[in-house]
Amino acid sequence: MNMQTLTVEKEVEKRNEVITGAEAVILSLLAEDTDTIFGYPGGAIMPIYDALYGYLDRVHHVLTRHEQGAIHAGQGYARVSGKPGVVFATSGPGATNLITGLADAKIDSTPLVCITGQVPFAMLGTDAFQETDVISLSMPVTKWNYQVTKPEEIPAAIAKAFYIATSGRPGPVVLDITKDAQFATFNFDYKKCRGFRSYNPKPSIDIESVKAAAELINTAKRPYVLFGQGVILSHAEKELAAFVEKTGIPAAWTLLGLSAMPTDHPLNVGMLGMHGNYGPNKLTNECDVLIAVGMRFDDRVTGNVSTYAKQAKVIHLEIDPAEIDKNVKTEVAVLGDAKESLRLLTEHCHANEHTEWLDKFHEHARIEHEKVIQAELHPSKEGLTMGEVIRRVNDLTDGDAVVVTDVGQHQMVACRYAHFKKSKSNITSGGLGTMGFCLPAALGAKLGAPGREVVAVIGDGGFQMTIQELGTIFQVQAAVKIIILNNEFLGMVRQWQQLFFDKRYSSTELVNPDFVAVTKGFGVEASRVTERDKLDSSLKAMFDHPGPYLLEVVVEKEDNVFPMVPSGASVDEIRLE
Amino acid sequence: MKKIFTIVIFTENKIGLLSRITSLFTQRHINIESLTTSESEYTGIHRFTVVIHEVEDKTKKVVKQIEKQVEVLKAFCFTDEDTIYSEIALYKIRLDETIDRVALEAVVNTNGAFIKEEIGEFLIIEKTGHKEQTHQLFEELKPFKIQGFVRSGRVSLSRTFSTFSQHLQYLETHSKEIITQ
Ligand SMILES: Cc1ncc(C[n+]2csc(CCOP(=O)(O)OP(=O)(O)O)c2C)c(N)n1
Ligand SMILES: [Mg+2]
Repeated sequence: MNMQTLTVEKEVEKRNEVITGAEAVILSLLAEDTDTIFGYPGGAIMPIYDALYGYLDRVHHVLTRHEQGAIHAGQGYARVSGKPGVVFATSGPGATNLITGLADAKIDSTPLVCITGQVPFAMLGTDAFQETDVISLSMPVTKWNYQVTKPEEIPAAIAKAFYIATSGRPGPVVLDITKDAQFATFNFDYKKCRGFRSYNPKPSIDIESVKAAAELINTAKRPYVLFGQGVILSHAEKELAAFVEKTGIPAAWTLLGLSAMPTDHPLNVGMLGMHGNYGPNKLTNECDVLIAVGMRFDDRVTGNVSTYAKQAKVIHLEIDPAEIDKNVKTEVAVLGDAKESLRLLTEHCHANEHTEWLDKFHEHARIEHEKVIQAELHPSKEGLTMGEVIRRVNDLTDGDAVVVTDVGQHQMVACRYAHFKKSKSNITSGGLGTMGFCLPAALGAKLGAPGREVVAVIGDGGFQMTIQELGTIFQVQAAVKIIILNNEFLGMVRQWQQLFFDKRYSSTELVNPDFVAVTKGFGVEASRVTERDKLDSSLKAMFDHPGPYLLEVVVEKEDNVFPMVPSGASVDEIRLE
Repeated sequence: MKKIFTIVIFTENKIGLLSRITSLFTQRHINIESLTTSESEYTGIHRFTVVIHEVEDKTKKVVKQIEKQVEVLKAFCFTDEDTIYSEIALYKIRLDETIDRVALEAVVNTNGAFIKEEIGEFLIIEKTGHKEQTHQLFEELKPFKIQGFVRSGRVSLSRTFSTFSQHLQYLETHSKEIITQ
């Protein structure tokens, strides 16, 4: 209580005082309820770090081991909490190290506010030490960016940054602040941004389009819902469930839509995409009305788009006008926030059942189970499969963990078999497919949801791309449970080489370090398991350990992920083997 | 089939927007034939006129991507039939003893151009019109040894009632410029 009064007073006092631009950055972030910052200092951002030093009682700064780690951690934090990730980096190499994360956040619509230091205004364009043109470099991978050169601009720029990052279709923003603007003083005053005229983040819903969509749905014989991350971003999980429950329509999730509905919901028929489930892919070409909610018909979902759902009338519920008709032509587009669109659509749709149609999905699920899933989850061969590891994780976490994955075979297997009960429980790099994403994202997720079990599932290849973040995990003692599925291969690329390049394993075999020793070297507890009868006890030991823990599971070297829609094939050409 | 499209974009006057917009064309491998920017009839609002040679579907999609940029107010797309458009060209001729002044003036007149200025031994000719017309004059001036030639980007106005002012009014009533909480 006493603390609180003190801090309020501090703020009031600051408001009437002339402060530096650097301190204004920190106060502005606090005004936006920032509790965690991921970053890495350097010359051009030192004034901001110096100002931060006076506020460490109110905001937690996480010093990662690389700026890419900082931004992926910010993404993990944002995806699990729904709050924007805040990231600091210095000019030049600090800023360029953010680019991969910005591109990842842009394509996966993750809200981030990144602040980079920049050389002083007078030195811009002189090829000064650690000068890079961050604004031009980050332009195509940000929703918005802006260079601040005067301290007076800082509060409004930060307010705008938060507003843009989090509203409408979220995305990353970059503020590049010159060092002189950080040092200079001014009269600080903070106002939150609620809108500006050139930006309409939430298009108002046209009720006529809702009625047209409802009419199609009400007369459909084989309607089918595809949902994506838009449902999570607009907090429309309840509305989605209400819609499918009233209309009885089977629903499939995209990779990023995972966890927007419980896994065991009777109308949840599984995952779309190249390594998605059999029925959801195949039956796309049998439905008569396709209802896409907050998803963007990525090519990994559509396969060959010229043979994709040609027989169906497509309804698209989407907040971003540029997504309408981008890849798939729609019959009815409902532009607007998914939460409200779904609510209105449910109102206008009749209660219905589609038992026979739903049975078709069940039938396909049985075939997939027999041909693929059974052997993956309950293998009779000697070597461990990735699937059985995920099955045991489900059991031990009661399907209630946040599952963070990297990119590759282990990602597809984890996403196929992980169980979800709560929304915001799946964090993966979807659109960009960024190897090295998982370890830092898991760290960020743990800090964004400290009360939840966070399981990182990583391949032996991707782990080595951001392995240094073990140091951060150790330093902040983030109790992340890390599972390395070690197949001693860049498995996903090897699978393609096997299937499409005559088994010519060009540069995909890895000679790995001793992961357990490396991890222990970072101070993080670790062990290795190679046999099935030790898998359970090893996983239990990992979950029972109070702090961060790494378990290396040595799996079959040359297993493949199936089903698979081969690149360029139609969704109904999905292969089971 | 590819054809000429004129994309008209109204934006806030902000540093970096030009590059943000052009990079959308670059990303899609669309070549910009011409680009002109200037302040519009609305104070503080800039107008971009971008001419491309592209298929309709790709053009419509890039227009949506342009409009998605947070500091873009509105983007329109026109075919040549929808607009009145013009370009300006300047030609520099050196008046030496070999030049037949009478013939030169005849070419200028028949092409609807005019002599803008005579500076010492140089003559500057100006012509406005469509690209074919300024090109035609270029061809006809060739025998007079052109010393310099420049053609501007296209400027264009639609043939129909502009919906932008209405749109702007809508934007202004439906958004509140940075408000205190
Ligand atoms: C940064 C980056 N580089 C390259 C790739 C291409 N790529 C996709 S999956 C993959 C193999 C991943 O290997 P590993 O991490 O061991 O996972 P596995 O597939 O074996 O489970 C590669 C190289 C990528 N997605 N990201
Ligand atoms: Mg591997």
